[in-house]
Amino acid sequence: MSDISEIKGRIKEYILNEFLPGESAGNLADDTPLRTSGVLDSIATVKLVSFVEDTYNIELAAHETGIQDFDRIEDIAALVASKKS
Amino acid sequence: MEHLASTFEATAAAYPNRPAVYMPNGSFLTYAQLNDQASRLAGFFRAAGVVAGDRVGLTLPKSFEAVITLLAALKCGAAYVPSDWAAPDARGRAIMSDCAVKVLVLHRQCMGILEEWPVQLPTVLIVDDDHGAEAAPGTQLFSRAIESDAIEAKDLDRDPNRLSYILYTSGSTGTPKGVKISHRTAMSFVDWCSRTFEPTSEDRFSSHAPFHFDLSILDLHVAWKHGASVHLIPDSVGKSPKELVQFAVAHDITIWYSTPSTLNFMTQFGGLEKAGWTGPRLALFAGEVFPIKHLRRLTEIWTRARWFNLYGPTETNVCTYHEVIPPIPAEATEPPPIGKPCGSHTIAMVRDADGHPVSGAGAEGSLWFTGDCVFQGYWKRPNEDARVFENIEGQRWYDTGDVVRYEADGVMVYVGRRDRMVKRTGYRIELGEIESALYKHQRISKVAAVAIRDVEEAVKIVACCVSEGERPSIIEMKKFSHDNLPAYMVPDSFSWRDDLPLTSTGKTDYQKLLHDLAEKR
Repeated sequence: MSDISEIKGRIKEYILNEFLPGESAGNLADDTPLRTSGVLDSIATVKLVSFVEDTYNIELAAHETGIQDFDRIEDIAALVASKKS
Repeated sequence: MEHLASTFEATAAAYPNRPAVYMPNGSFLTYAQLNDQASRLAGFFRAAGVVAGDRVGLTLPKSFEAVITLLAALKCGAAYVPSDWAAPDARGRAIMSDCAVKVLVLHRQCMGILEEWPVQLPTVLIVDDDHGAEAAPGTQLFSRAIESDAIEAKDLDRDPNRLSYILYTSGSTGTPKGVKISHRTAMSFVDWCSRTFEPTSEDRFSSHAPFHFDLSILDLHVAWKHGASVHLIPDSVGKSPKELVQFAVAHDITIWYSTPSTLNFMTQFGGLEKAGWTGPRLALFAGEVFPIKHLRRLTEIWTRARWFNLYGPTETNVCTYHEVIPPIPAEATEPPPIGKPCGSHTIAMVRDADGHPVSGAGAEGSLWFTGDCVFQGYWKRPNEDARVFENIEGQRWYDTGDVVRYEADGVMVYVGRRDRMVKRTGYRIELGEIESALYKHQRISKVAAVAIRDVEEAVKIVACCVSEGERPSIIEMKKFSHDNLPAYMVPDSFSWRDDLPLTSTGKTDYQKLLHDLAEKR
């Protein structure tokens, strides 16, 4: 689904710009753990949640952004896609 | 009274049926229940060999178990030593073995701390969310320990000169150092809070700061002196701005105490404005500089609150304060001052570069303190003690390392640090500790950590690194930092360089690095 890949792309671009300045895009895969590995701390996570909520005009509940379910770009994109439809 | 345990027990006798501590879901323990469970756990500690002067460690999330543990330690005359349950195991192990805790109360998730323990293992109590679980070999269950017989009156120790708690803070050499606080010192702060904020048994205190952070002393011990309730905020709520706002409103907090970062977090991401809540009666903030535009915005939302900036390192707890009275003029650009010393237990001196006391508007220098507010030294760090204490005419003075300037009327403003300590989201960070951790990476040959302020005036840590061979990816460096440092010390960004600039005396030129980073932005 092209929708999902578009969402993944935007999330990836946001994470690279905001939290990983200087990192090459090739090192950030769709399945790279973000929170369990320390790439995103709690404040960065809140900023990311806020970014996807604003970008896609959706609301995420606290239980949907837990460390296990909100850890990889692919999981986040799938969540966003399910909320949009 | 000059003892935290006696103070709590007097309140428990006066208000046995009032709630002492709440969890976010509304469950609570009354003063009588909390006192009874703490006395039973103290009985267990005593039977396990804990005597006055010992240490009891706790590596737990915010929970009833955590407050029962720290009170039980105080009842025995032991000092409680909290460590961050979310930090890497090695850090908890370093802290708990450094001060040789006699008993360690751990959440089951933190049992990695016990591996490779360098000395004889303490008695270990496990807190488990699964109540049917069995204890692992060599450990016992907390839930059984609180069924012990209560500690006997003869075993209570009420010497105010003993240590009440030890809080570990970042150390520049790479290992955290323990700040020793006696009951007398702790109570000098608690009693000042009573006089200044006049809490009552009707008050509801937020408990946002983790117990290893000194803001928690006010939340717990001031509330418990007055029969007020403490409303525990575990990480799961504290890290979600929307839940945090809902929590504050639902519990109708009357005394809020946190870092400015936490308050900003609620305004920026938690929908504080839309919550339609006029706020607590007292909004206290400490731990870092509060950018004035953010503070102004908050004062327009929490219209009910009186606002206080509380200043002080862990070594003195709060030692100066300043009330900010809204409205804050739109043209104001300077952050609020740190204010004036709190009273006779906090005697201040500002000294110039030659050590001479200075005063009067415009005078600038290092801020020193003497009086009951001053801590009892670092745990087994005589060299650190020698560095920060100076005896002047029979008084022991403590050098905060902070540089301040007098404004009119004896009000002080914070200018900066003399050394390489920075504050990030209220936490103290020795940049040297970050460097020590990063040097453990095989492909890092040189590293210098510096702190910059971003456009929102938040502190950002940049690690300037030189690699041997292929440069690790930034994701790898983040992960390595995460595995070796507490979350608040993980650098925000990494900057690769071919070499580090040096000063004429051959030391790392941090000013040049800061200059280069500013140019890049």
